[in-house]
Amino acid sequence: MARIIVVTSGKGGVGKTTTSAAFSMGLARRGYRTAVIDFDVGLRNLDLVMGCERRVVYDFVNVINGEANLNQALIRDKRSDNLYVLPASQTRDKEALTREGVGRVLEELAQNFDYVVCDSPAGIERGATMAMYFADDALVVTNPEVSSVRDSDRMLGILASKSRRAENNEEPIREFLLLTRYSPERVHRGEMLSVKDVQDILSLDLLGVIPESPAVLTASNSGVPVILDDQSDAGQAYQDMVGRYLGESLPHRFLDLPKKGLFSRLFGG
Amino acid sequence: MSVTAPEARAEPASFELKATTFTLPTLRLFAGDLAALSAFLEPKIAQAPGFFRNAPVVVDLTHLPTEVALDFPLLVGVLRGLGMLPIGVRGGSAAHRETAQLMDLAILSQGARGPADAATARPTQAAAAPAAPAPATAPLPVGAGRIVTRPVRSGQRVYAQGGDLVVLATVSSGAELMADGHIHVYGALRGRALAGVKGNAEARIFCSDLRAELVSVAGHYRVSESLDPALAGRPVQVALRDGRLIIEAL
Repeated sequence: MARIIVVTSGKGGVGKTTTSAAFSMGLARRGYRTAVIDFDVGLRNLDLVMGCERRVVYDFVNVINGEANLNQALIRDKRSDNLYVLPASQTRDKEALTREGVGRVLEELAQNFDYVVCDSPAGIERGATMAMYFADDALVVTNPEVSSVRDSDRMLGILASKSRRAENNEEPIREFLLLTRYSPERVHRGEMLSVKDVQDILSLDLLGVIPESPAVLTASNSGVPVILDDQSDAGQAYQDMVGRYLGESLPHRFLDLPKKGLFSRLFGG
Repeated sequence: MSVTAPEARAEPASFELKATTFTLPTLRLFAGDLAALSAFLEPKIAQAPGFFRNAPVVVDLTHLPTEVALDFPLLVGVLRGLGMLPIGVRGGSAAHRETAQLMDLAILSQGARGPADAATARPTQAAAAPAAPAPATAPLPVGAGRIVTRPVRSGQRVYAQGGDLVVLATVSSGAELMADGHIHVYGALRGRALAGVKGNAEARIFCSDLRAELVSVAGHYRVSESLDPALAGRPVQVALRDGRLIIEAL
């Protein structure tokens, strides 16, 4: 049986889809059969970030409605044989996601995969609640600013009360914090919340800190999950985060200001 | 016969269940702004303090838009703080009525305007009037209450009915704690805490790290803006003394 992981945040634009793409690719590269599902029906993006937008035939809603079977809708990633993408429908809205339908699809995926990653839409409405309802684990993606932190907190409350595990009184969803778009320089200048501030407010296990990096935008635009960019700090940070999720104990990197050389100190570089 | 007669009469003489009509002041809400409500009522009460002291009040929600979320604990608190005894509500959405019931407010029938209609409202009104002040003085049962071990997140609401509430984790901003008795928080308290929501003036709030948005005891409340900044982040207790909300470091 697969473990179902929801990537969620409440707030939009914090990096859920980037994280879903990187995280699922990271799991697949380590040899786990992984499926990643786009729950953002009507505003699909995951196919673009994964670079498979030109191969979409059937989508998640088609499978829920029985118009296609899972094998027809799943798109195999060209870079990893272990990774499959289930795209969202662009022509429907979130009402198409029924609890029975989503449950049936996830159950079928769980038979054939090790991990199922659910890319949640922003907000706390149907799409988001459907993405998290069946989850075993939750990656809460948060930016180091107050509104994102509050929205994540709200989402954590929903995870704790409205999920299948909560409703059946099972062991609660495991919750992990992923801090994205982190800029040590701006933290140093007092413009951004620090890792410690966010952890104090959310009191959550920190799975990773992804630094603000131009590599993320470049990767998204070219349809390559940023975790494949071994040279970039963001790519390496995602690799660390996948390792930590799988139980490795790795120190957090990219938290401190880079040490400036004599030259840049003299000339304010 | 003359000896037994008083005994035979003893029972019906001690108790009698009867319907009686009361004329009650009704507070009609058109909006949910409680600060404005307070500002509206204060001068009126100043004019006739004797009239409003312990006066039972019915809150009429008929004209309140259904989508307006009404903060009932605070509403009850505001009214009690002004010396009135809110005993029931009329009208309002199903959600309004549900939260009102949680606060032990009676749900009165909608159209008790004419004398003919009054008949239907009478039993509930008569039953509600003596019931409302009772919880204020009733002692709390020992051991009743709730213990919460996980963080209370923004948007969550925890209510310990009939007892104390103990939270062993953080309470986020936007979360709300309510208890009929005391509230203890052993993590950071960043949300709202309302102790003695049914009017128990002996209730207190204890917390190890005060950063609350609002604290209230038996309806006397203070928002974070009016908290002493020197107490922020410190262990404190909040209690009611001579009708004043006291916040002091522990």
